[in-house]
Amino acid sequence: MGFQTWSAEAAATIIAGHLGERGALLPLLHDLQSAFGHIPEAAIPQVALALNLSRAEVHGVVTFYHDFREAPHGRHVLKLCRAEACQAMGGERLAGLARDRLDLDWGGTTPDGAVTLEPIFCLGLCACGPAAMVDGELVGRLDPARLDGIIAGLRTP
Amino acid sequence: MTRIFVPCDASALAVGADAVAAALAKALPEATIIRNGSRGLTWLEPMVEIETPAGRVAYGPVAASDVPGLVDAGLIDGAAHPLCRGPTEEIPFLKRQTRLTFARCGIVDPLSLADYCAHGGYRGLERAVGIGPDETVEAVVHSGLRGRGGAGFPTGIKWRTVRQAEGQTKYIVCNADEGDSGTFADRMIMEGDPFVVIEGMTIAGIATGATQGYLYIRSEYPHAIATMKAAIAIARVAGYLGPDVAGSGFAFDIAVRIGAGAYVCGEETALLESIEGRRGTVRAKPPLPAHKGLFGCPTVINNIISLASVPVILDKGGDFYRDFGLGRSRGTMPIQLAGNLRHGGLFEVAFGITLGALVEEIGGGTISGRPVRAVQVGGPLGAYFPPSLFDTPFDYEAFAARDGLIGHGGIVVFDDTVDMAHQARFAMEFCAIESCGKCTPCRIGSTRGVEVIDRIRRNQDRDKNLALIDELCTTMKLGSLCALGGFTPYPVQSAIRHFGEDFGVAGQGRG
Ligand SMILES: Cc1cc2nc3c(=O)[nH]c(=O)nc-3n(C[C@H](O)[C@H](O)[C@H](O)COP(=O)(O)O)c2cc1C
Ligand code: SF4
Ligand code: FES
Repeated sequence: MGFQTWSAEAAATIIAGHLGERGALLPLLHDLQSAFGHIPEAAIPQVALALNLSRAEVHGVVTFYHDFREAPHGRHVLKLCRAEACQAMGGERLAGLARDRLDLDWGGTTPDGAVTLEPIFCLGLCACGPAAMVDGELVGRLDPARLDGIIAGLRTP
Repeated sequence: MTRIFVPCDASALAVGADAVAAALAKALPEATIIRNGSRGLTWLEPMVEIETPAGRVAYGPVAASDVPGLVDAGLIDGAAHPLCRGPTEEIPFLKRQTRLTFARCGIVDPLSLADYCAHGGYRGLERAVGIGPDETVEAVVHSGLRGRGGAGFPTGIKWRTVRQAEGQTKYIVCNADEGDSGTFADRMIMEGDPFVVIEGMTIAGIATGATQGYLYIRSEYPHAIATMKAAIAIARVAGYLGPDVAGSGFAFDIAVRIGAGAYVCGEETALLESIEGRRGTVRAKPPLPAHKGLFGCPTVINNIISLASVPVILDKGGDFYRDFGLGRSRGTMPIQLAGNLRHGGLFEVAFGITLGALVEEIGGGTISGRPVRAVQVGGPLGAYFPPSLFDTPFDYEAFAARDGLIGHGGIVVFDDTVDMAHQARFAMEFCAIESCGKCTPCRIGSTRGVEVIDRIRRNQDRDKNLALIDELCTTMKLGSLCALGGFTPYPVQSAIRHFGEDFGVAGQGRG
C-alpha cells in the first residue's frame, strides 16, 4: 500500500478537486487519506482555509469518524470483526488470538511497523463469519489456524 | 456458449469466489463466466450455477481445488457430483421464499442494464411516469410499505409530506449505512441488483419533486460502493439518470457519499449532518427531515430496501404488495439469518413467519450442532430472545409487544456456549464507542453500564448493582434523543430477564 509522502502542493491539488462541492469535507478527507494514508496535521489548516471552516471544525470532524487516522498505519492492516454475529461464531477467541500473537491492543501497530490491528463492527459477512479484512481483502469463515497463517504472512518482511 | 455464474457478492469473495472463477475460466475456456450477485444461500457460497436447457443447476460450496473434479464429472452439463444441489430454484431455502424486492438478485448480471430490463426492470418507473406524481405517492401509501431501516414508518406518508412541502429544491437520500450486525440485505442488493436502487430513488424523486438524490454507503462496503458507482454511470449514459430521465421530462440524478465508520450516521439526521460535512451528531426533531432536511430542504430519507421495494410496487400495484403480510406489516421482508446457523443467508418472505420457523426450519439450527440458546433480532439495539419465545411472528407489532424490535431484519443466533452477561456488557460497550455524545445518559450512562455489569459479573454487591443497571437503563430510555442510547437497554434488559442465571440471578430457568 504505497502512500505519497506529505506535500502541501499535492494536498492543494486534491482540495481543488472538491471546491464548489456541497458538503465537500468528508469526500475531501477520504481523498486525502487515500493519498497520504492518514490526515496529516498540516492538512487541517489548509482544508479549513479552502472550505471556509475553522480549524477546530475540521479537527472535530477528523476525530469524530473512526475511519480517519491522525497517524499512518503499519504496512499491513488486519481488521477483525468484533460485532455480534461474528461473536456467535467465535470471533472473540480470534480477537484474543490476534492480540496475543501480535502483542497489540486494538488500534496498535507492531514495533517493526508491519501490522496494525483494528476492530471493525460488521462487514456484512454475518452469515459466513467470523469475518476479517486483510489489506482490503475480505476473509470469511475464519478459524484460528487460518488467522495464524494470515498473521505469519503479514509479519514476513 | 454455456453460461456459468460465479457470484461477485462480498460473501462469495470472502470465501474464495475469485479463485473459483479463475479456475473455471482456465478449465472451461469455451464457457462464459458471469459474475452475478448472490442468491442469498450464503452457506453454499461460493455457489456456482450452470445454465442448462432445463434451467440453472447449483453447486456449492465450491473451492478452487474442487474445479477439476467438477469439470471431469460433467459440470458443464449440470451433472451429478457430491457438491451438486440440483436445480437452483428447487432448493428448499429458495423455494420457500417470496422474492419481490430481491426478485433479480443473484439471477442477473448486476451491471447489465439489458439484463435488468429483460427481468422486469424499469417497468415501475414507466408506470410512475404514466400515472404521475400524486398517483405514485398514493400507490406507495396503499401498498402499506413501511420503512425497512428499523422504525417502520409508512413510506408513502413520508413521501406525501415531502410532495406537499414547499420548496424549490428537494432531496432523496438513500440510507445504505447498514451498521447493524447480522444484516447484509443492503449490501446484497447493491452488489447484486444496483439498478433497482437507482430506479427506486428515481421514482421517489419523480413522486416528490426532487431532482437530486444522495446515496450514502458505509465505507465498510467497498464492493457495493464500486458496483453502485459503476451502475450510476451506466444509467446516466443510457439516459436513465440526468436532465430528462428516459424521455419522461423529469430530471433526476444521484451522487454517492461514503461514510467513515460511525454507526450513529445510520440515524437519519446524523446522516444528513454527515453529508453536509459535519460530525455525525443527531439533530433534535422537529423539524422533520421531510420539512427541513438536507441543506435545510424538504428531504425523503429512506432505507435502501424501502426504496428498492418501490419498483415492484409500482409495476404490480399497491394491492399486489399489500396482499402479502400480517396485520399492519404488509408485503415481504428480506430477513437475514446470521451467526451460528447451518443455513445462514437472506430469506425474503411475507411478514408473519415465526421466529422459531426461521431459526430451526429455515436456518437449520446451529452449525456448531449445539442447542440454540439466544437469538438477537434487529441488530445491536435489538432484544435477545430465548427459544421459549420462538412462537413470536415476524411482524413489527408482535416484536414490540415482547419488548423487542425487528429493526432491519437481522437475526443472530447463539448456541449454549454464549455468556449473556458478556453480551449485555458488549451492548453497553458498543453504545459507549458509537455514541454521538449529545446526551449524557447515552454518552456517560453506557460507560457506567459497562462498569456496573463488570461488577455484577464479579459478584460484587450483586443485588445492588442489578438494581443500579435497571435504573441506568430507565434513565437511558427516557433521556436519550435517539435509539442508540434509547434502545441499548433492550439487549441488556432482555439478557437479564431471560438469562438471569448468567448474571447470578437465582430462580430463573433457561429460556
Ligand atoms: C443509531 C441508529 C442507527 C441507524 N442506522 C440505520 C441504518 O444503518 N440504515 C437505515 O436505513 N436506518 C438506520 N436507522 C434508522 C434511520 O434513522 C431512519 O429511521 C431510516 O433511515 C428511515 O428510513 P425508512 O423509513 O425507509 O426505514 C438508524 C437509527 C438509529 C437511531
Ligand atoms: S442517544 Fe446517544 S447517539 Fe443518540 S443523540 Fe443521544 S448521545 Fe447521540
Ligand atoms: S457481524 Fe461480523 S460481519 Fe457482520
